[in-house]
Amino acid sequence: MAASIVFDGVSKRFGPLTAADNVSFKVEGGSFFSILGPSGCGKTTLLRMVAGFDTPDSGKIYIDGQDLSQLPPNQRPVNTVFQNYALFPHLSVRDNIAFGLKIAKKDPFFIDKEVDKMLSLIQMEAHADKFPSQLSGGQKQRASIARALVNRPKVLLLDEPISALDLKLRQKLLLELDLIHDEVGITFLYITHDQTEAMAVSDEIAVLHQGKIEQVGRPCELYESPKSSFVAAFIGDTNFLDGRVSKTAAKEYSQLHIEEFPEVLCYNDKKLSPGELVHLSVRPEKIRISLEKPPEHDLQNCLQGTVEDVVYKGDHTKYWVKIGGHRIAVTQQHSRFLLDTKPIKWKDEVWIRWHADDGYILERYDALDEKLVEAPSEKVGEIEEEEGDEEG
Amino acid sequence: MKRVKEWFLTFPSFGWLFFFFFIPACIVYAFAFKRADVTGTTLPGWSLDSIKTLFEKQSLILAWRTIWLCGITTLVSVCIAIPMSLHMALSPPSRQQKLLLAIMIPLWSSFIVRIFAWKIVLHPEGFIKGILLYFGLIEKSTPLLYNDLAILIVMVYSYFPFAILPLYSAASKFDFHLFEAAMDLGATWRRTFFTVYLPVMFPAILTASLMVLIPAAGAYVIPEVVGGSGSEMLGNTIARRVLLDRNLPEASALSLLLSLLIFIPAILISRCRSSQIEGYR
Repeated sequence: MAASIVFDGVSKRFGPLTAADNVSFKVEGGSFFSILGPSGCGKTTLLRMVAGFDTPDSGKIYIDGQDLSQLPPNQRPVNTVFQNYALFPHLSVRDNIAFGLKIAKKDPFFIDKEVDKMLSLIQMEAHADKFPSQLSGGQKQRASIARALVNRPKVLLLDEPISALDLKLRQKLLLELDLIHDEVGITFLYITHDQTEAMAVSDEIAVLHQGKIEQVGRPCELYESPKSSFVAAFIGDTNFLDGRVSKTAAKEYSQLHIEEFPEVLCYNDKKLSPGELVHLSVRPEKIRISLEKPPEHDLQNCLQGTVEDVVYKGDHTKYWVKIGGHRIAVTQQHSRFLLDTKPIKWKDEVWIRWHADDGYILERYDALDEKLVEAPSEKVGEIEEEEGDEEG
Repeated sequence: MKRVKEWFLTFPSFGWLFFFFFIPACIVYAFAFKRADVTGTTLPGWSLDSIKTLFEKQSLILAWRTIWLCGITTLVSVCIAIPMSLHMALSPPSRQQKLLLAIMIPLWSSFIVRIFAWKIVLHPEGFIKGILLYFGLIEKSTPLLYNDLAILIVMVYSYFPFAILPLYSAASKFDFHLFEAAMDLGATWRRTFFTVYLPVMFPAILTASLMVLIPAAGAYVIPEVVGGSGSEMLGNTIARRVLLDRNLPEASALSLLLSLLIFIPAILISRCRSSQIEGYR
């Protein structure tokens, strides 16, 4: 019923810049599919190629098996919601929504009926006769969604539709968007640089980096089993540990040797043999932190270190613990009122622990991705450490 | 306090307008109600004789000719300026600068010199006539100079830059995402141009029309130099009444008529423009 989209080896260059490099993936019909990546990764170019504003240098894009390459933008079965809304300033909300149907020379009664339906879907009946300049950002965005949806496109393209709005409104509109998707049931292709947005509403996400697809998968797949260091660091936060397999332990677990760090145990789903290079990603919230030494456990990594930095964020606190030459980020949720327990402070000797299953071996690693990981500046830390030494 | 400050700041321009525009204009209009003396001065007392001449056939023909020549000049100038300003706005910035310069450069030379240059271009021995004759497009007897067409050509040439500047400045601020939005909704390029671009540009089009219409209506050198005996306009007739006929009251009466002819469309257009802007800005 709902249309699928297939990218088949799509490449696009703008001068020296590669916006899309042999991109291939499939968007299931009726799904809410997000293309996620940092700014300048080429995600908007992919969308513009579906809309017809840019043409691929090579490769093809199919909607429902139909090759789009020969169709001009005004004949494609897609409609776009633009980042800057692009509402027609000289037309009222009602006329903006009716624009596409009027172009298609639909019956005036039909147009009125459809526009009214759309106005009630986006709950803007009261603002139907206002001009775009009289609307708030959120209302403009709703109007532009309605203007696209009223044409019953096979695919709705959304180009960072809510990124210009403030946080609370973004969260509200995102949920509305999800409801609208459930209501109309067509395929949504959603472009965003915000991983929390993408995680919250998508059925599937394609992570794009420098014009290449890093990984396509459901949100939990991307988060729990990232293929590359980029995906691990871009979606959520993580700790990277690089080492070599020193020996195979019980079952499918391996002991890893990491420089300036104790040996750690991890689940070796990649079947790496001793001596092979390993890039491990451990999410901060999978690590527990305590002042007392925890009880021993077979498949648990239990390490001792010094708290180097503490950032209190309300619902959780982030600790950076120095162990050997590494700084490990740990987040702890406050399920109990913080003042009831003895808080972990700066310079405290602490124990951290994580289950061997919670370290995930990456297939691809790029040292540059370490910069994506949230961390307090090394330099400031060093200066404060020196001051601390003087006091001591 | 703020009001006093504002008043103080606006006083120079207000005063300038009052003393050098409003009072002189009133003096000129007052002369329309005087009687002419054969020596070129005016007789004492007031009369409506000169005003009455405005309703004579000759004056009405003159007024009508001025209206339609200016109207067509405005129309042609704006019709050329709209696609040209769009082209400029869509060009890369370096090219925009060059095109803008190309429009401005002629304005650096004397207006009168440029009009005399047209006299050479349109001259019976001139190259345009030669070319048209060579291709058999006109008869040898067809005049290119000293008629309404010559005035029209030179007026469009002269006042066209005044149309392109406001249109270009509006077009360069135009959000061209609207073109993509319209095409995404199924419109063709042409449809987008007429249903989105022109309506959004409408205030600028009105401004451009005024910028051409006002100087064109007051044109005096152009009809004097390239116009013939049958193609006077109000502007150069006023000059003749003053300089040749030495009839100041009639010249003033014609000035009054010209002022009204400009005022009415100017007020209508600015009314229309402000209501347009209030509508969607």
